[in-house]
Amino acid sequence: MMMWINLAGLMLIAFIVWWFWLYQPAAGVKADEGPVEIRVKDGVYQPARIEVPVGREVQLKFIREDTSPCAATVIFHGLNVSEELPVKQPKVVSLRIEEPGEYKFTCQMQMYTGTLIARSATAPDPE
Amino acid sequence: MNQTTEPQGQGRHHLLRIDNLHCEGCIKSLKKKLSEATPWQVLSVDLDSKQVNLQADASLEQVLETLNALGYQATDFGAAPHCSTQEQGTPDENPEARQVAHGTVLAIDGMSCASCVAKLEKALCRVPGVEEAQVSLVDHTAQIRGSAPVDALVQAVEAAGYKARIADNPDDTLAQRQQQDEKYYRSKLREMSLALSLGLPLMAYSFLGGEMAVDSTGQRLFWGLVGIATFAVMWLAGKHFFIGGWNAFKNHNATMDTLVALGTGTAWLYSMMVVLFPSAFPDMARHAYFEATATIIGLIDLGLALELRARGKTSEAIQRLIGLQAKMARVVRDGQELDVPIEDVQVGDVIRVRPGEKIPVDGEVIEGRSNVDESMLTGEPVPVPKEKGSVVSGGTINGQGTLVFKATRVGKDTALAHIIRLVKQAQNSKPSIGRLADKIAGVFVPTVMIIAVLAALAWLNFGPEPAIAYAVVAATTTLIIACPCALGLATPMSVMVGVGKAAEAGVLIRNGEALQTASQLTTMVLDKTGTITEGKPTVTDIVPLGDHDEQTLLVMAASLEAGSEHPLAQAIVDAAHARQLVLRPMASFQAVAGHGIRGQVDGASVLFGNDKMMRKHGLDIGAVEATAQDLARQAKTPMYLAIDGRLAGIIAVADPIKPDSQEAIARLHRKGLKVVMLTGDNKATAEAVARQVGVDDYIAEVLPEDKSRHIRSLQEQGELVGMTGDGINDAPALALANVGFAIGTGTDVAIESADITLMRGSLHGLADAIAVSKATLRNIKQNLFGAFIYNVLGIPIAAGILYPWTGMLLNPVIAGAAMAFSSVTVVSNANRLRWFNPKED
Repeated sequence: MMMWINLAGLMLIAFIVWWFWLYQPAAGVKADEGPVEIRVKDGVYQPARIEVPVGREVQLKFIREDTSPCAATVIFHGLNVSEELPVKQPKVVSLRIEEPGEYKFTCQMQMYTGTLIARSATAPDPE
Repeated sequence: MNQTTEPQGQGRHHLLRIDNLHCEGCIKSLKKKLSEATPWQVLSVDLDSKQVNLQADASLEQVLETLNALGYQATDFGAAPHCSTQEQGTPDENPEARQVAHGTVLAIDGMSCASCVAKLEKALCRVPGVEEAQVSLVDHTAQIRGSAPVDALVQAVEAAGYKARIADNPDDTLAQRQQQDEKYYRSKLREMSLALSLGLPLMAYSFLGGEMAVDSTGQRLFWGLVGIATFAVMWLAGKHFFIGGWNAFKNHNATMDTLVALGTGTAWLYSMMVVLFPSAFPDMARHAYFEATATIIGLIDLGLALELRARGKTSEAIQRLIGLQAKMARVVRDGQELDVPIEDVQVGDVIRVRPGEKIPVDGEVIEGRSNVDESMLTGEPVPVPKEKGSVVSGGTINGQGTLVFKATRVGKDTALAHIIRLVKQAQNSKPSIGRLADKIAGVFVPTVMIIAVLAALAWLNFGPEPAIAYAVVAATTTLIIACPCALGLATPMSVMVGVGKAAEAGVLIRNGEALQTASQLTTMVLDKTGTITEGKPTVTDIVPLGDHDEQTLLVMAASLEAGSEHPLAQAIVDAAHARQLVLRPMASFQAVAGHGIRGQVDGASVLFGNDKMMRKHGLDIGAVEATAQDLARQAKTPMYLAIDGRLAGIIAVADPIKPDSQEAIARLHRKGLKVVMLTGDNKATAEAVARQVGVDDYIAEVLPEDKSRHIRSLQEQGELVGMTGDGINDAPALALANVGFAIGTGTDVAIESADITLMRGSLHGLADAIAVSKATLRNIKQNLFGAFIYNVLGIPIAAGILYPWTGMLLNPVIAGAAMAFSSVTVVSNANRLRWFNPKED
């Protein structure tokens, strides 16, 4: 009996490790055309992974629905950009990333987290 | 400009602008769609300007309609000659233009469809001065860039059949935020009352020896009802934890909500299982933990409410700055004075400010005389005299006189608006000291979940009976006590208060990193001229030789210096003007860097410069060298004048030391900094100034381009070097120093070249900046230490590590209380900084 319980416990740990750390998220939403709308609600940015072209201005439109103060600020790490998000009023953040790479954006306590994936614009358009 | 032409027969050329064309693929797609739907031909496309040259046998309206129907945001290129996209324009090339790029945001009422967007954009682009107009149907706003006056924009929107008002007014945002915070606060208190009204009686019951076991049918029924009530509480008072936790989970993310939801959920689920299937549990394990679930939710709601209140205070400084903005201005138009809302004031408007009134926008005084209190912006306590030609800043308070001034910067371009933006930006940036906490916060919640599972397994394997109950309590307590918030809030809250505190003292800190480095500096290098001294040299002594008199000396020197731009030259010319001397004609002027100047005045050959210059021209200065050294020892700069190859005398110039430099340098010493002075002056003068103000060391005869070299050599000696200068001439040295401090002149915010800008001229600002940065770093360290220790001790204790020795396991409710108050403690500690007085430190 204990063996099964222990095994279940270890599998649960393995699941936590995989689900939160090892899981590779699918490709993000592309921010090529027009602003990407990001909902700030119930502890998550939706969508949380956004692909942005390098060297071009992109616009992220945040719509904060969570009234808790945790959601009030969005900080773009490594870009020296931060914005206050008003509740239920869209806030457009314009960004221009010059170096390819992944850039986190989070709330002050890093509970809300999202990632900007900056790619060079050389990749051909699907059209 | 009409871009539509009539060629022969094959249709007309239309020059259009299609906004959503971004790449070659888009062009292909456009051509394909058009060829499928029409016989029209795309002749050329310029992706940069989004200009499309189209040949079509149709009117412009038809073409636009068709393109819009195909999903393209097309407009007549000719109709929008001055409208451009951001990629194409040049506004980002200089900071001034970047401010303009923020532009105006109008909230638009009455928009219903995509065609309204095109119509409005077109209408707005026609307003002279508009560089770009973007209308959004989603949020019903128009973003306009350029110099067009707001009322012209509003009129244009209204003429197009819609209603417009200014959006994004900081006052509105602030009021709205306060309103929302209040709402949130109340909702949390309501939820807390609800949860505690169930949790506390149950807790009291349990502490007073009430039966918590679930054995008999009666007990099962009672606890079953309590369980349902608890479920209602979990839903009504704590659903945000569960929904938040679930949403985060779906996104492979884990937050504080996850922990609370898992902790309270586990306790409830276990208790409910015991109620439903008591026989599945050993006798001793038949225990309900509903009181813990309800109380924990209540306490954490209370914690959130208190945290909100405490957080509100951290932004007090920025709110005070926002509150400085005036609401109305008295504009003089056509000889009449009108009170107009601040957003309607335009560049060029003439504004009258009466005694005691707030100056509404930035401008230049054209009439009147008064003293203006600028302390709220610069920290300078003494009111600044203003007269015709003086610059005034919005948000400052006029003294006893009346001023009439012309608005030069309005809205988001004023110094105050600039300061607000900089402070906000800096408040949200993190110093590297917080990086470790950030890294930990990033992996914190899943780690705690793993620890909780391990703790439960340990109890199940090695714990005493009832092992299952112990395992559940240990896992729940571990999940509840862990607080990522305290860790995550430790740095940003202190930075928020610290940067705000500095702004109140007239010190603008560019980012968290500058704040941190400033607190660790070991050496402070001060440029002499303009930093330690006033930067306005005056003639102090004239020592004529032979048959020359003072006046001749001054006239000759001033006539020669009239062609020079050196700061000392101005002093000589001013002295001549003060004595109402008439300057003589000068020819073949030549400046010898580091030496002096020479030229022909009234036909005589004149040399004016330092001892090196005299020696270079073979002049013996032995007779007056003692006098010169004597002057230098009094912190004066002696300059020799030679006429027609003969030494004629000495003119000494001194730059008065700012009255509080000595005291401020003493404060820097008390902060443990070594203070070094850099100057281009000769050694004797430098030494005299150094002695007077009490610096530890000085480096004299430094050529401007060598300043950076000295900074580097100090750094090579292992010093962490701060450099203070005027931010313009010293820019390279400021950039090279570990922290560059630009000492400002009033509200002219020159932060671009420096890490920290001191808005007033006094060196006390520098000492304040160091004091605030040290206090803030101390506060961050306390917070981080507290948050680390709390989690490092709390989590193992909650998991039951002390049980083998003490036989005690932490009550989950205590863990809930600890967790709720840990983040409040961090925010409150950060708030202590609000009372910090840099002067007293």
